[in-house]
Amino acid sequence: MSIMKIERKRGEGMSNEGFDVIVVGAGVAGNVAAYLLGREGLQVLLIERGNYPGSKNMTGGRIYSHSLEKIMPDFAKEAPIERKITREKVFMMTEKSSIGLDFQSSLLGTHGSDSYSVLRGVFDQWLAEKAEEVGVEIVTGICVDDLIIRQGKVCGVIAGIDQIESGVTILADGINSLLAQKAGLRKEFKPSHVAVGVKELIELPAELIQERFQCNENEGTACMFAGFPSDGRIGGGFLYTNKESISLGVVCTLSDLIKGQKALPQLMEDFKTHPTVAPLIKEGKLVEYSGHLVPEGGVEMMPKIIGDGVLVVGDAAGFCVNLGYAVRGMDFAIASGECAARAVSKAYQGGGYSEGDLQVYRDYLEESFVLHDMKLYRNFPKFLETTPRVFSDYPKLLEGIMTDMFVMNGQPTQALVKTIMKHINKVGVLKITRDAWKGVRSV
Amino acid sequence: MSTMNVDAKLSLNKFYVNEEYAHIVLNRNAETESSEFRKLMLACPAGLYKQDDKGRILFDYAGCLECGTCRILCGKTILEKWEFPQGTFGIEYRWG
Ligand SMILES: Cc1cc2nc3c(=O)[nH]c(=O)nc-3n(C[C@H](O)[C@H](O)[C@H](O)COP(=O)(O)OP(=O)(O)OC[C@H]3O[C@@H](n4cnc5c(N)ncnc54)[C@H](O)[C@@H]3O)c2cc1C
Ligand code: SF4
Repeated sequence: MSIMKIERKRGEGMSNEGFDVIVVGAGVAGNVAAYLLGREGLQVLLIERGNYPGSKNMTGGRIYSHSLEKIMPDFAKEAPIERKITREKVFMMTEKSSIGLDFQSSLLGTHGSDSYSVLRGVFDQWLAEKAEEVGVEIVTGICVDDLIIRQGKVCGVIAGIDQIESGVTILADGINSLLAQKAGLRKEFKPSHVAVGVKELIELPAELIQERFQCNENEGTACMFAGFPSDGRIGGGFLYTNKESISLGVVCTLSDLIKGQKALPQLMEDFKTHPTVAPLIKEGKLVEYSGHLVPEGGVEMMPKIIGDGVLVVGDAAGFCVNLGYAVRGMDFAIASGECAARAVSKAYQGGGYSEGDLQVYRDYLEESFVLHDMKLYRNFPKFLETTPRVFSDYPKLLEGIMTDMFVMNGQPTQALVKTIMKHINKVGVLKITRDAWKGVRSV
Repeated sequence: MSTMNVDAKLSLNKFYVNEEYAHIVLNRNAETESSEFRKLMLACPAGLYKQDDKGRILFDYAGCLECGTCRILCGKTILEKWEFPQGTFGIEYRWG
């Protein structure tokens, strides 16, 4: 539907003074904010540049359910989720080997701390339907080019020749948020604050997935890989099991990726053909190849999130933490969308959307896990940046120890302690102790 | 190690290419600033920044995944402009 059509539709029934709220971007953050405000009875317009919600969006991924659960209890029963993740694997990987940790537990699946693999092209459409059901107007295929700004106040959006007014505008337009930049709320993110991810979606029959990953129907595994996937640089590989496909990908911090030798598509291909990964996707059929940025700079990259008549949520605000063994962006996006909706609702009742009126958004974020966790992990990105050994030396160190332990070839063997110390000394006891201490203190 | 042509992978995707309008354009410095161009050859997930045998640079926006990597790395150096494709155009993830 075009914006002209929306205007006409509004002309038939509603007042013609514009919307209470315009939300830009129908990702998880925007859909949730729109849904909550629609439910409150506000007139909400949600604008998405893709042909349908989710059509531009990619994630690893797995959604930690807690934040959406709070808004839509038992959503997983109805939503198009893929598999409940009940098994976590973490690997250190070198070119020839991998050393893994396998955690399988019913604790992973308990209500409230459960997580699910999802495919956003499907999931976001469902979320948008929920918003539509509570009266949100959704237009797709329209890219917002600019904001209407009068005396420093955001008063609506501009798309092509159309201008639409609103009391308040929520920018849920993702990590690139050209609009937050136009509103003067933020500058371009730095290459050290963002990672680029590439992903292949590989189709496999459900039974084969269950066999290979030793899981029940509807249950699945999440795997993270450090070392080889990013060629020893900051980053890693991931694998998530979906119902009838595998999401396999590589993520690399931009500032480090450009110092390397291998191009990202080649890293992806090498990871895919690694002896640990290849058998897991054997006979699988590649059906989609995607790429997307991930914010991972923590609070340091956080832009101004409140302006006159405008709020920024989700990836656009840099709300995401990447811990290497877990990426959390969707639960942050959803919770920040909720905080923004609550703030707008309060300001609506108060009668104004000035920067001051909207300050409660920050209070709500402070009360929730969003800013708490962003602050808690504030030193973690720096730790990784200044400790490249995590991705290069340590996987090799483990490979060395494991090879000496398990490879029997008739050569005289050494005592285990001696073997281990030989490898540790290659990196240096002091360095390892210092890194471990630094790592523990950063989280 | 196998080298698979990323173009073959991209061909599986659904794209609505706007033939009339390029949403990403390199500027004149792209030819000479080879260290900047190299960043994009390494980081573009779609492998769209290439060099031919003679070292001439090549770029085609048609397979763009709209990730923003090239803008963040070189928006101020060798890119003339970086925009989203106009509404309805560009990549369409069926699964995402
Ligand atoms: C490789 C990778 C792996 C990840 N893994 C995980 C994971 O396992 N778990 C997890 O929780 N998180 C993960 N994340 C992070 C997570 O995907 C994001 O944090 C989350 O998707 C952010 O949601 P959002 O709604 O803020 O933004 P997006 O999902 O990016 O939504 C933004 C929306 O705005 C639209 N838009 C943008 N500009 C305009 C405009 N001008 N006009 C109209 N519409 C516009 C876009 O089309 C899009 O629909 C991962 C990310 C990547 C890239
Ligand atoms: S936006 Fe991403 S996919 Fe498109 S050209 Fe730039 S780096 Fe490549």
